[in-house]
Amino acid sequence: MSGAPVLEVEGLSVDIDVPAGKLHAVSDVSFCVRPGETLCLVGESGCGKTMTSLALMRLLPPRATLTARRMSFEGRDLARLSERDMARLRGDRLGMIFQDPMTSLNPVYRIGDQMEEVWLRHRGGARAAARKRAEFLLERVGIINPRQRLDQYPHQLSGGLRQRMMIAMMLMCEPALLIADEPTTALDVTVQVQILSLLRDLQQEFRMGLILITHNLGVVARMADEVAVMYAGRIVEQGTGREVFAAPTHPYTRGLLDCIPKHGQSAARGPLGSIPGIVPSLVGEMSGCSFRNRCALAHEACRRGEVALAQAGADHAYRCVLPPGQARGQAPAFAGGAA
Amino acid sequence: MSLTIADPGADAFETLAPSPRALMRRRALSHPGLLIGTGFLALVTLAAILAPWISPHDPYAQDLSRRMADPIWGPKGEWDHVLGTDALGRDVLSRLIWGARLSLWIGFTAAVIAGLIGSTLGVLGGYFGGRVDSAVVYLINVKLALPVILVALSVAAIAGGSITAIILLLGFLTWDRYAVVTRSLTQQLRERDFIMSSLACGASHARIILRDILPNLLNQIIVIASLDMALIILIEAALSFLGLGVRSPTPSWGLMVSEGRSVMFFKPFLIMVPGAAIFLLVIAINMAGDGVRDVTSPEGRA
Repeated sequence: MSGAPVLEVEGLSVDIDVPAGKLHAVSDVSFCVRPGETLCLVGESGCGKTMTSLALMRLLPPRATLTARRMSFEGRDLARLSERDMARLRGDRLGMIFQDPMTSLNPVYRIGDQMEEVWLRHRGGARAAARKRAEFLLERVGIINPRQRLDQYPHQLSGGLRQRMMIAMMLMCEPALLIADEPTTALDVTVQVQILSLLRDLQQEFRMGLILITHNLGVVARMADEVAVMYAGRIVEQGTGREVFAAPTHPYTRGLLDCIPKHGQSAARGPLGSIPGIVPSLVGEMSGCSFRNRCALAHEACRRGEVALAQAGADHAYRCVLPPGQARGQAPAFAGGAA
Repeated sequence: MSLTIADPGADAFETLAPSPRALMRRRALSHPGLLIGTGFLALVTLAAILAPWISPHDPYAQDLSRRMADPIWGPKGEWDHVLGTDALGRDVLSRLIWGARLSLWIGFTAAVIAGLIGSTLGVLGGYFGGRVDSAVVYLINVKLALPVILVALSVAAIAGGSITAIILLLGFLTWDRYAVVTRSLTQQLRERDFIMSSLACGASHARIILRDILPNLLNQIIVIASLDMALIILIEAALSFLGLGVRSPTPSWGLMVSEGRSVMFFKPFLIMVPGAAIFLLVIAINMAGDGVRDVTSPEGRA
């Protein structure tokens, strides 16, 4: 742990107005990120990971409303900043990388123009200086011939190159916090590893906080200092990467870990783990544990009230009515649990 | 390609493939419609610009002693008046050249006005959605419900036939196509990731509309503008023919057809020549517009 947190979020909720009522996309999420540290948000599709990141950027769709007790970023409350001040932060102190590098660059501008524009918008000054910085950063993210690349259009680059370029673009102003929403999902496996280790290196070099959103637990194991597992808009388990992987406590986390195929595991030795059922509807009020209808350990107590986060270790919390020992007790499907 | 060899870092596959510009040039050169359309359009535009220098006679000069002289292919045609003279003895070729000036000027400026109105509404509605979009859709529906010719006739009858009035009138009557197309394209573009990433870089809405959305719409706007210009030239000719557009003695193609109408059975060339000019110009503009669309976005070919 190094120094004061760059981002502290307390009680973040996002509600979306839908015809059937209010959809609670994110409920009461709290976490903090320190400089040089990586927080991984993990969960399946629709669990609120992306909504959480968009809420941090204040880029939620118009029908969504954001409430938070505190969203303190470098001493400023993101939830209360004006739209104008927020626009000044984006791309400057706060950066975000999206999932699909093939579509997140404007096809009609050269790479150089798009990178320089970020710098000129926030720092002003001469275009030549911006170009120099863009060239330096392209080189830094491992692009050979940066000078030539600056004059190319996005469609002339491969997916991996474009994602490197997106990363370089976000580093133009050296943000204090970088949010990466599934940055490697659209890339092939060999490129994924390169991009992840690049992110890791850059994060150390620039002392950035990094929020990495992913559904890939392999990525989490590789990258995370802190992990937050999300399910149905809530954090169900949260802690240091080491503790969560050593002793996964919430039945959902263990279920996720069982879903990873392991080398040498064949049908004869038991089926690949899966979690039965589907994510419950997030529309309307709900009570009790949102995972209860998919949980092997569910019982009467899971229906009642709000399940609070309980401590499972020094830096490790989980959201289940059972004490840690019992929650871990019966391993669903595949034996072992921990990766 | 010497660059590739000198520089081992450059990706050979990317540099060997023809650049998109070269591909586009190749497509343009093998597209007969585009070549013929732009060729004819360029010819007419050039003639219109150079009208004061290349027209053989003053388009207003009357010579009552040489009324309705035959064109060069007629029995008594002379090279002095290649396309003959009209009922007041004015040189038809000169009036045709000056008329091209007027048609193109009206077509171009009215198309630009319509483009500004329509694209602004369409982009705003498509980008912001919600109430802004409802207002835009309402305006488009109102506009679509207006019978263009009828409104043009009545307004021209009231406001008179000054060229400025006609340009404004036609500009305000033909913006709907721009609005419909830019609105739906903007709706698609708005959902693209690069808009989100531009927002994440701190861009304002105004900046996104001007820098991210508009450049991506430009091709389509140019294609619509060409079709719109052809339509405007036709309406202007119709208005002038009906005596509600450009007033005599200003040389306008529609007016020339109208003036030749009374003698059409004796001197048919007086309506055939300006009529053919209108037809050829409109078809050339349409061919050029279609060609531009085919060449710039071959995947969008109908």
